[in-house]
Amino acid sequence: MNWRAIFAIVRKDLKIVLQNKGVLIPTIMVPLILFGIIPWLSALAPSMVNMGGTSLDEIATLIEQMPIGLRTELAPYTLEQQTIVFFLVYMLAPMFLIIPLMVASVIAADSFAGERERRTLESLLYTPTSDRELFIAKLISSWLAAIVVALAGFLLYIVMANAAAWPTMGMIFFPNWMWIVLVLWVSPAAAGLGLGTMVLVSARAQGFQDAYQTGGAVVIPVLLLMFGQLSGAMYFSTWIVFFIGLILWVIDVALIWFGSRIFRRGRLIARL
Amino acid sequence: MNHSVIRVEKLTRRFGENIAVNDLSLEVQAGEVFGFLGHNGAGKTTTVRLLNGVLEAHSGSMRVLDLDPLNDGPSLRARTGVLTESASVENRLTARDNLLIYADLFSLPHEKISARVSELLDFFGLSKYADEKMEAFSTGMRQRLALARTLLHDPEVLFLDEPTAGLDPVAANQVNELIANLSEEKGRTVFLCTHNLVEAQKLCDRVAVMEHGKLAAIGTPKDLMQQYVRRLDVDIEVSPEQVDVALNALSSASPLTQGLPRHVNGNLTLTIPSRDVIPALVSLLVKKGIRVYHIAAHQPSLEDVYFALHGEKEAVQ
Repeated sequence: MNWRAIFAIVRKDLKIVLQNKGVLIPTIMVPLILFGIIPWLSALAPSMVNMGGTSLDEIATLIEQMPIGLRTELAPYTLEQQTIVFFLVYMLAPMFLIIPLMVASVIAADSFAGERERRTLESLLYTPTSDRELFIAKLISSWLAAIVVALAGFLLYIVMANAAAWPTMGMIFFPNWMWIVLVLWVSPAAAGLGLGTMVLVSARAQGFQDAYQTGGAVVIPVLLLMFGQLSGAMYFSTWIVFFIGLILWVIDVALIWFGSRIFRRGRLIARL
Repeated sequence: MNHSVIRVEKLTRRFGENIAVNDLSLEVQAGEVFGFLGHNGAGKTTTVRLLNGVLEAHSGSMRVLDLDPLNDGPSLRARTGVLTESASVENRLTARDNLLIYADLFSLPHEKISARVSELLDFFGLSKYADEKMEAFSTGMRQRLALARTLLHDPEVLFLDEPTAGLDPVAANQVNELIANLSEEKGRTVFLCTHNLVEAQKLCDRVAVMEHGKLAAIGTPKDLMQQYVRRLDVDIEVSPEQVDVALNALSSASPLTQGLPRHVNGNLTLTIPSRDVIPALVSLLVKKGIRVYHIAAHQPSLEDVYFALHGEKEAVQ
């Protein structure tokens, strides 16, 4: 395996992505809003519900409708603390997956479909790399960027969630084990899902925008998880999160396998 | 001693119903500048893709630098350099970054990269703009950078698709000199796809003319001219007051002439089947009492070969 060539392509793809505002803005803004601003809004939730004419009792009723496992985990906290933990730890957990999914999708769209649109793919095909090396290089650049952004978002969230909730919590309560599994096990798999989908979509897309819009449907499973939890049908326990990760990894392997079958010089050049 | 660096036998590649390359056989010798001519869609680009292992052939065999392009693709491409028709450089990167990334892709020794990149930027007049993004570059500058990138790893065989497209005459001349030097001084083989027949005639040791995926002709430009150019244009200067008489005499001089003579800028121009008829033409005019001051035959060119092969209508298209 020609790792020097692989990392040259990774470097090229990442440098190009950093110049593309259409990629860069969502990659920076979405994590900043999710993990920089929402923790403060959620931490203010207990006082805000009172101001809104409702009361914490309504939050208590909502929590009462949650699965027994979640109620057990919230039991040691006061009602105000429960509200914060409920929002910041559990409700925001599925949203976290949007970050690696989105970053991997947008960078993969630029790397696969965008490269063809910019007419730079042909020169790359004439380099002494094998099809497999080219494919791996393209996967690494998108996947690596998604992991870095997700980890950076997680670190930001640790700081922001604890800081915002400090007046109510009076202790460092975040992250718990579920979040550690979510970040280290599920988010790389979520990045793989975005990436694998985009590899398949890019094979037929006309360009970056077309690929990104078509592949956007990949966030639907994450939205289902969010609604599943909001409705009380399920909650993000450590084990459930682990199994979500497992399912995603299996899907990733299938997508990447299909992708590698499509990513052949002969097929790519015939579409130029 | 010369040896074949490219050997192709009965190569065929189809795209659906369309046969892009049809039963192509040819050999290119080491150190040769080999012109590959043909109209758009004649199969030139497909052939380059096949020869570099980027595309699979449906039948036939090929060896480039004694390697099988399809099975030894990466090893082969490490020794060839391809300039594609659309000089596709990364617009969002600087000129230097474009070269540095390809230096890694072609595994140039680390200690030589900086000097080689600077040398090429300098040669192509891009040093001043080396750290500027390509999006601000003109077409000619992009073409020069793409050429620099093609030469970066000093390939043994160069596949150049319209290397002077978009260049001003000075830069085009510089590139043509470079191609000649690469062949003559460094023994590099150049496979030159071009529409520029004047350049091809000047640069190429041999040329192949492709038509609808098939090889229509192959040989040295001189051989092809002798073989395919069966008519010649001549300019005749006669006494100005005898131009009309000369026009009348030449109009009925068939089979010495082909078609009617033209009167352009005081000169008479006519098409003849070969040089051999010139003495008879002069004799005819002198017998009619016409004073002939000067007669000159146009040298046939590769363009004449091309037109003869493709037919004027198609060549114009």
